[in-house]
Amino acid sequence: MISVQSDDFDVAAEYAALRDSGAGTGAIATFTGLVRDSGDLQGVTGLYLEHYPGMTEQVIQGLIDDASKRWDVRKARVIHRVGRLALCDQIVFVGVCSAHRGDAFAACEFIMDALKTSAPFWKKEITSDGEHWVEQKESDRARSEDWK
Amino acid sequence: MRFFARLREDLKTDQLAIDARPGLTAGDVLAELASQGGPWDQLQGDQPVMIAINQAMAKPGSEVKAGDELAFFPPVTGG
Repeated sequence: MISVQSDDFDVAAEYAALRDSGAGTGAIATFTGLVRDSGDLQGVTGLYLEHYPGMTEQVIQGLIDDASKRWDVRKARVIHRVGRLALCDQIVFVGVCSAHRGDAFAACEFIMDALKTSAPFWKKEITSDGEHWVEQKESDRARSEDWK
Repeated sequence: MRFFARLREDLKTDQLAIDARPGLTAGDVLAELASQGGPWDQLQGDQPVMIAINQAMAKPGSEVKAGDELAFFPPVTGG
């Protein structure tokens, strides 16, 4: 299931929902991304996130489908927040249930890495000196390419 | 046509309509928009512009038909 929302999310509730995925699940891997104080700029006080409604959800569903073809994925959950976020706020959650840990780790990391370079979200850093649209990182492109 | 993020802000518009014609490509549209000059220059500048047609990634050579939703945006930076 995919949610793009301005509201915060509760990792414990998401984990509980993933855990309720049947007796075949032996592993759950989750990732949570947070707003930190340095990115392209130092002294970041918050972020503004924009997305392309409709396309964003389709792209993420495609990534879950790709992950499900490569690894055992019993259930996958992606939440991405948009709008204004403050320092230390949660931005993104990816959770994957699998029979075994290797598949859970790999599918979770793949979805997160691919999301960063293919899902239409754009991040603007906010500092006391102004605002700045974040540039895509070569390191993120390289991580995503590594899965091909 | 839709514009997102830095392009939306720089161009001061999030939507525009154009008339489609046979053989029109997304690259043709970019060139025509860029020819207006000013902030529109960046559509053919050094910074990459991503293209989507009907919410699927496309290329400059992709054909645009009447009724299509064409979108231009900077490389994505979510997560």
